[in-house]
Amino acid sequence: MPPRVEVRKTYKMYVGGEFVRSESGRSFTAGEDVNVPRGSRKDLRDAIKAARGAFGGWSRRTAMNRGQVLYRAAEMLDGRRSQFVELLGGGRGARREVERAIEAWVWYAGWTDKLAQVSGTVNPVAGPYFNFTLPEPTGVVGLVAPDRPEVLGLVQRLAPALCGGNTVVAIASESRPLAALTLAEVLATSDFPAGVVNVLSGRREELLPWLAGHMDVNAIDAAGCTEEELAAVEKAAADNVKRVVRLSSRDLMSPYAVTALMEMKTVWHPIGV
Amino acid sequence: MALTARPPSELAGFEWEYVPAPEAREIVKIAPRNGLYIGGRFLAPHSGKHFKTLNPATEEPLAEIAEADAVDVGRAVTAAGDAFRSWSRLEPAKRARYIFRISRLLQERARELAVLETLDGGKPIKESRDVDMPLAAAHFFYYAGWADKLEWAFPNRTPRPLGVAGQVIPWNFPLLMLAWKIAPALAAGNTVVLKPAETTSLSALLFAEICEQADLPPGVVNIVTGAGQTGSLVVSHPEVRKVAFTGSTEVGKLIQRSLAGTGKHLTLELGGKAANIVFEDAPLDQAVEGIVNGIYFNQGHVCCAGSRLLVQESIQEPLLEKLKLRLGTLRLGDPLDKNTDVGAINSRQQLEKIQGLVESGIAEGAEIYQPECRLPERGYWFPPTLFTGVSQSHRIAREEIFGPVLSVLSFRTPEEAVEKANNTPYGLSAGIWTDKGSRILWMTQRMRAGVVWANTYNRFDPSSPFGGYKESGFGREGGLHGLLPYVELN
Repeated sequence: MPPRVEVRKTYKMYVGGEFVRSESGRSFTAGEDVNVPRGSRKDLRDAIKAARGAFGGWSRRTAMNRGQVLYRAAEMLDGRRSQFVELLGGGRGARREVERAIEAWVWYAGWTDKLAQVSGTVNPVAGPYFNFTLPEPTGVVGLVAPDRPEVLGLVQRLAPALCGGNTVVAIASESRPLAALTLAEVLATSDFPAGVVNVLSGRREELLPWLAGHMDVNAIDAAGCTEEELAAVEKAAADNVKRVVRLSSRDLMSPYAVTALMEMKTVWHPIGV
Repeated sequence: MALTARPPSELAGFEWEYVPAPEAREIVKIAPRNGLYIGGRFLAPHSGKHFKTLNPATEEPLAEIAEADAVDVGRAVTAAGDAFRSWSRLEPAKRARYIFRISRLLQERARELAVLETLDGGKPIKESRDVDMPLAAAHFFYYAGWADKLEWAFPNRTPRPLGVAGQVIPWNFPLLMLAWKIAPALAAGNTVVLKPAETTSLSALLFAEICEQADLPPGVVNIVTGAGQTGSLVVSHPEVRKVAFTGSTEVGKLIQRSLAGTGKHLTLELGGKAANIVFEDAPLDQAVEGIVNGIYFNQGHVCCAGSRLLVQESIQEPLLEKLKLRLGTLRLGDPLDKNTDVGAINSRQQLEKIQGLVESGIAEGAEIYQPECRLPERGYWFPPTLFTGVSQSHRIAREEIFGPVLSVLSFRTPEEAVEKANNTPYGLSAGIWTDKGSRILWMTQRMRAGVVWANTYNRFDPSSPFGGYKESGFGREGGLHGLLPYVELN
């Protein structure tokens, strides 16, 4: 049989529910001579706009429904397990990482409708008020994906952000962007409404300052930032009092990873006849 | 309300004669010259400099306050660092007892503190006596109880104190803000260096005396006085592990920027431009009281003040009529008088800021209303003011005025109210007035704000977390959530 000529994939970014090249027409190579889009400031702006647009709907979904969608992501990733194992170079380590990424989706899917029960409070104020505090999503979150572990590092930060009801603009690892771009294909088939998750690839130095300074981004998970980048992000973040989060290893796979990207709202409801 | 039976025109000219009822000020002894409270002792400042603190109601100087320089702040931080080693290891139940003691002493000396607060800050004695002091004591009492129960607060984690907390507080609720900062910090095992606001240092210095009376170990609480420069030295000191700031969004941003890359823990409680939303089914008289309490309480020097009134179009006319009538009955004058509703503006600088923004409101075409109101000749005063015909683009609808100035806007549908209420970079608080419980919760879900009051406004409680969304800051003060900024979770 003659050798098969495979149909190769064009790697694209995921913005507003669509797979797109960079509006700049630029690309760069990553890994084994694969071209990936080199996202621009305008791509970033489009992604943030999409995320803002999707925030109202996503954050107001019932907790149960968000859990179902996160669980769907686990199902879709499970179905593509072998593809991701191959992408990670195969072997036991790769299989383990993919398995743990699937587990992260399942685990956080189960948190959506329990979080408020664990992190909310009823406050016994001295007066005729029913007073309670509930977690609510912070808004649009910028996520700087870590270089390693490629899949798990991103999923363990993406899942809690979405679990809490935020929408996300993720910047893929610059040196190893393929996992993030492929993960976007999983998310695109997981019932996330368009714009809830957006994944960009490109040069971090070109994207990070604009993400950190953008007035419509509410928080940044700076997981993949170097110390130097973190300082710059924190500085630019002050322009609109962004929350800059860097989760410790203990925070990963914990409800604290979810509440780190949430606000607490306190309500004074009157009691009377 | 019997008042409404008479035509407003008749009432407007009515002279409400009250006999003066001033609180005696003899209870307070103010030292002519004050030092810094460092390591359990009152020290003359290394800087050798002092500045005057005034009674804003009379412009008379009350005392000289030390201005701490870098050496002074360094000493305070060192004292706090030394004290941290033993305070953080002290048996938690003992820590609790010290904090309980402080709470009791605050109650015992409440009258003295209230008079001092009113003299130095200009707020009506009614408010310092009935709001600031009880809440400050309650805050210490609440957090005292947490000191030996921290392991129950954070599931699956062991909370550890952070170290020296550098805390900078504003002038609107001097002792209460001190309580919000110091109580949770101490309960969690931290030590503090606190800088009160330049114009209102006296109650913090009296608090230092109370720490001595409570036999609090030296260095656990340190008070350094001064202006913005001193505050900046406190937050930028390398040995300070945690910074907590309450004040303007502008300064909050400067602090956030300056701490970039330092790894310091930070919480910010900043400005606001809250919407107070009145629906047509609201009990109007009750709503009028709430609106008044929302914006004229403490001369509007409140970060969560209900400075934008959003009123449903169908009731705009009767509501404004009642509100204007009510404004005419507010008594402005001697803050020490027990019948005073509106006291003095805290400082000349703040008065000028309010005047500037009010002028912008007039220039941009909004219609101003002020009740007939005689202002005392000396001191800093501004009459209760409201603007109608305000559009969302006006400065008085966008910027925090921090004075007794209300901007009135209207809406037709709940959706429009939500849109307008959230149309601000701030997100500290909101008020909702309606008879319908389901609407309260519907609105509540949609407010991008950290505190939502329904059929009430400007209520506080130590068990109730307080803090903002968006540019109103991050972190919570009060309640279980108020512990988190002062611990590391291992």
